[in-house]
Amino acid sequence: MPWTTVPKMERTPGVEPGSREITYREALNEALSQMLGIDERVFIMGEGVDDPGGVFGTTKGLPEKFGDARVFDTPLAENALTGIAMGAALAGMRPVLVHMRVDFLPISLDQIINHAAKWHYMFGGKVHVPMVIRAITGRGWGSAAQHSQSLQALFANIPGLKVVMPSTPYDAKGLLMAAVADGNPVIFLEHRWLYEAAGHVPEEPYLVPIGKGEIRRKGKDATIVGVSHMAREAVAAAELLANEGIDSEVIDLRAVRPMDSPLVIESVRKTGRLVVADTGWKLCGIGAELVARVAEEALGELKAPPLRINIPDVPTPSSPVLEEAYYPGKDDIAAGVRQLLGK
Amino acid sequence: MSNKIPKETLVGLYETMLRIRMFEEKVVELYPAQEMKTPVHLYIGQEAIAAGVCLNLVKDDYLLSNHRGHGHCIAKGTDMGVMMAEFYGKAGGCSGGKGGSMHLVDPENSIPGNSAIVGGGIPMAVGAALASQIKGLKSVAVTFFGDGAVDEGVFHESMSFASLKKLPVVFVCENNLYATNSHITARHPTGDIAGSAGAYGVPGVCVDGNDPEAVYECSKEAVERARKGTGPSLIEARTYRWKGHVGPDADFEKGCRPEEELREWMEKCPVKRFRERLLTSGVMSAEEMDGLRSAVAEEVDKAVSFSDKSPWPDTAELTRGLYYEGGGK
Repeated sequence: MPWTTVPKMERTPGVEPGSREITYREALNEALSQMLGIDERVFIMGEGVDDPGGVFGTTKGLPEKFGDARVFDTPLAENALTGIAMGAALAGMRPVLVHMRVDFLPISLDQIINHAAKWHYMFGGKVHVPMVIRAITGRGWGSAAQHSQSLQALFANIPGLKVVMPSTPYDAKGLLMAAVADGNPVIFLEHRWLYEAAGHVPEEPYLVPIGKGEIRRKGKDATIVGVSHMAREAVAAAELLANEGIDSEVIDLRAVRPMDSPLVIESVRKTGRLVVADTGWKLCGIGAELVARVAEEALGELKAPPLRINIPDVPTPSSPVLEEAYYPGKDDIAAGVRQLLGK
Repeated sequence: MSNKIPKETLVGLYETMLRIRMFEEKVVELYPAQEMKTPVHLYIGQEAIAAGVCLNLVKDDYLLSNHRGHGHCIAKGTDMGVMMAEFYGKAGGCSGGKGGSMHLVDPENSIPGNSAIVGGGIPMAVGAALASQIKGLKSVAVTFFGDGAVDEGVFHESMSFASLKKLPVVFVCENNLYATNSHITARHPTGDIAGSAGAYGVPGVCVDGNDPEAVYECSKEAVERARKGTGPSLIEARTYRWKGHVGPDADFEKGCRPEEELREWMEKCPVKRFRERLLTSGVMSAEEMDGLRSAVAEEVDKAVSFSDKSPWPDTAELTRGLYYEGGGK
């Protein structure tokens, strides 16, 4: 099916020759495989995790390698499955619950918001919930309003959850391993357009700290913050702008809860300009939070009003013409930076 | 009186019911002082179910309960003092004062936390049973919920999954006829909760929830079945709560149900009836009964005094403990 085809992406620039490069999907698969191997408490469940496709390749080969007691298909019962994963976590396991689309998570909001997020605090620290919920943001080929959402702001609003959105293969592996090892409920949001992105990934297991952003490009004229797929668009926008003599600093937020606003504020103190590019909606979104935090701590350093790049405030339309107009990208980000610089 | 149940178990059933009853009567007595600032959902009238089920459990068996969970926790062995302190919001409470009466926890007794969302604890019990199965342990998980929880989709999803995987879980529905003030006939097409188990290939049994022996025997069978790896069971225990959905008053006083209905069920008081049966069959003497009552009264008083002496939480606790910091442990 053409809509399952993931766009090819360029290899990561600047990687040392000879270093191992694998794709984002392979990095996720390797992280899961290594966690299953390292920690016998880890198990993976979700609709279709043992399909030949293996959830876009991310769980491929794992049932054969680790057995169907540790990697298994489930009924279509998202809310109960979340509670089941949570109960297993409370009983000493490390479940990874997988959803083919982030759009299926709203069915399980009771167990995520009322239960998993609350448990450690509500019981005075007596118990904790080490579980990971993987969910995939779709996009393209007419996926429409129920197969393409970006719901990170919804989860970022809930104390007790951690919300992770890797954009590179390196971070995909390191953050997933960190999420499984974390000891708290972690919502791990993947973007389908990143699955074919290749990049340097060490073979050995490693952890990327949850809640730390990463500077992808140093610059002095403007700060561009991107999350998930928009972090890559931000890098591409900075390259466009560099050709025009505009020197942008690009920050990949990597997680939206905890949110590394200190890194962003430090950058804005240097550049005086801020553009936040998010895959989600603008109202009460990730950009709104970051702009507010910058305003609270560094308003005087801003040389221009901050700017947010988001999808329009409507559900995703299916028609290719409308869809093309729906998603912002590197050109929109670049135009935003030019606007802030008065160019 | 059943000949199958050993004498010490019969005494244990009575003692457990009495401990639940007397603990809650103390809550009723103290509540009007308005110092216990937590909504209490009292279990008075339903004691035979917690006692009958939990006497079949060992420490490592999981218990997942609901907002009406005082009796379940007492029956599983939770200390009354930490419960009372939790009701008062004290630092010595089982949840450090962050949970209140609806959020009791006792990891030492394999109680990983009670949910106050109707049906919320059901899938967690299934998950605990799944963990037990994956680890190859013999631990069973029991979940208590009311008839209102059967209205929720998560009950059916959980039954289906538990049956599919043959998980060691016992679903115990305490059918007290009301979800807050909505009668079961306004919410359920047939009122036959045990019957719904068949749709999932699970044995379902309906039992007199005011008869501790009957509850003990059918849950013994369900727990044994779970422990053997044969799969889940559903027990529907029919009973009645004497107090309001929340608070120490009776619902008929608010016009929420007929007074006559309460009077009829009070005649079937599980504690009183069982006391009489133990006396007439000679399992316990009146002196032994009195001795037991005094011992429980002392235990309840100790719980209150533990709570009284417990300090308030430091207000710095407000923002502490959102995330578990232990990482890979």
